[in-house]
Amino acid sequence: MNENLKNWEAVIGLEIHVQLSTKSKLFSGASTSFGALPNTQACNIDLAMPGVLPVLNEEVLKMAIKLGKALNANINSPTSFARKNYFYPDSPKGYQISQMDNPIVETGYLDIETENGSKRIGVTRAHLEEDAGKSLHDDFEGQSGIDLNRAGTPLLEIVSEPEISTAEEAVAYLKSIHSIIRYLNISDGNMAEGSMRCDANVSVRKKGDTELGTRTETKNVNSFRFVEKAIQYEIERQVHELESGNKITQETRLYDSQKNTTRPMRSKEFANDYRYFPEPDLLPIILEKDFIQCILDDMPEMPNEKKERFVSQFSLSKYDADLLAADKDIANYFEEVVKISNSPKLSTNWIMGELSAELNNENLNIRDSKVSSEKLGQLILRIEDGTISGKIAKDIFEKMWVSGKEVDIIIKDEGLEQVTDNKEIESMIDEVIANNPEQLEQYRSGKDRLFGFFVGQVMKASQGKANPKQVNDILKSKLEK
Amino acid sequence: MALSDQELKEIAYLARINIKEDSFSSLKKELEQILELFEELNEADTSEVAAMSHPLDLSQPTRKDEVTEENQREELLKNAPSVQSGLFLVPKVIEGEV
Repeated sequence: MNENLKNWEAVIGLEIHVQLSTKSKLFSGASTSFGALPNTQACNIDLAMPGVLPVLNEEVLKMAIKLGKALNANINSPTSFARKNYFYPDSPKGYQISQMDNPIVETGYLDIETENGSKRIGVTRAHLEEDAGKSLHDDFEGQSGIDLNRAGTPLLEIVSEPEISTAEEAVAYLKSIHSIIRYLNISDGNMAEGSMRCDANVSVRKKGDTELGTRTETKNVNSFRFVEKAIQYEIERQVHELESGNKITQETRLYDSQKNTTRPMRSKEFANDYRYFPEPDLLPIILEKDFIQCILDDMPEMPNEKKERFVSQFSLSKYDADLLAADKDIANYFEEVVKISNSPKLSTNWIMGELSAELNNENLNIRDSKVSSEKLGQLILRIEDGTISGKIAKDIFEKMWVSGKEVDIIIKDEGLEQVTDNKEIESMIDEVIANNPEQLEQYRSGKDRLFGFFVGQVMKASQGKANPKQVNDILKSKLEK
Repeated sequence: MALSDQELKEIAYLARINIKEDSFSSLKKELEQILELFEELNEADTSEVAAMSHPLDLSQPTRKDEVTEENQREELLKNAPSVQSGLFLVPKVIEGEV
């Protein structure tokens, strides 16, 4: 079935729910912290007790405005809330307060980087809404248990235009949104804990067709890798169905990460009808110009801006700058290292190489790195100023990782200073040449490749401490004699 | 506007109201009368009028992002007919059919 895929193209739109990292809920003063005992963070308003009224959390407006700015979008004023009506036990009101007309953020875009270059993806809207509670379907004597701690937690739903064409692009878009919300400090973006959730609308059509195919919606895929796999599976499934002469049913599907398939959720007899209407308990919100300006003045540097600054300030390649800037914590760590090491390129290599390897090994975030940015900066500084060779530095790094000691202490304790004294190197070279007359003969009669052999012998004699450049230079002049 | 039996059943399902077959004709008649009133409203020309979602000409007041409600679980659970391990118990929910 794979060879037929090239005749088809996919049309993908993503709906991303981002849990905003406020202290209290969207419309109540109950806490939003994760992992509390059931129903200990749910108050009268979250339970929809008679007579209660929602009171809007000002912080969510600020967070949404920041996101809107980062997505190059319009901020609507007035913006208003609407009721989305449906019955489910984890939503005690019988409706969700959401936004329909005049969402707070509308008509923006995001530029993503893919293997084929840069691509602009339109963002239709981002609106505020409240999260639902949780239904627990373990057996409570045939009943379901309801935990309303999450009910009323603020969400921003970010809806893309159907302008994404591949699973790779979808992941690049998702990662870009993830990076932005972390930079803005409006959500922790933790997909495993559900702070960022992604639904994918996918349809396929024959290349060149202008009409859209029937789409399916794949729900709640909880990692970047699964989003890519779920979309790829769904594209191939739809192509296979259509090539077999079948039709695609418009439906909601669930991704099964263990089997790497999607399967339909129980389909309803007729489409949902949410009967949206303006929320009578909340007035429209007028966002004053001063209020918006105050928030915009306070915007942090965004990933794309940081990337460009890294390229111009540190002469990094676009690729390196992109890798570093994608994660705020890595970017900050990098800048701290460079401040000390004064070597952007070497710092990048160490962070992306040795440091990342150790962090991955122990499944650590860079914030919890056992080698601080200051210590790594000093290590790189010692390579730069010629105290140690790059090879010795790798051994020292291993020791720093385990012991937490500073580079200068390890160098002193273990006598690892690089040998840069010309005379000392010369005498080592003389000894190596004297001990290998046969190789010397061969080299002088034209076997250039043996140069590497001599370098190796000298480095070995110096226990890796001789300065490689000096070894090269002196060795060359001695061998040519 | 005439309602079909199916439409009536769907409306009742959305509101989670059980209605009996023998009340269909009277319910349909009442609903159709309400719909007629809306048709009458639709005759007014509102092309020049901005949509109004609230009659008060005010902006929604907001509150600071502070936790003001502490744990009230024991009090709140007292309102529920059935609880276990700090959870509200409800009948198992299975997607209904019309």
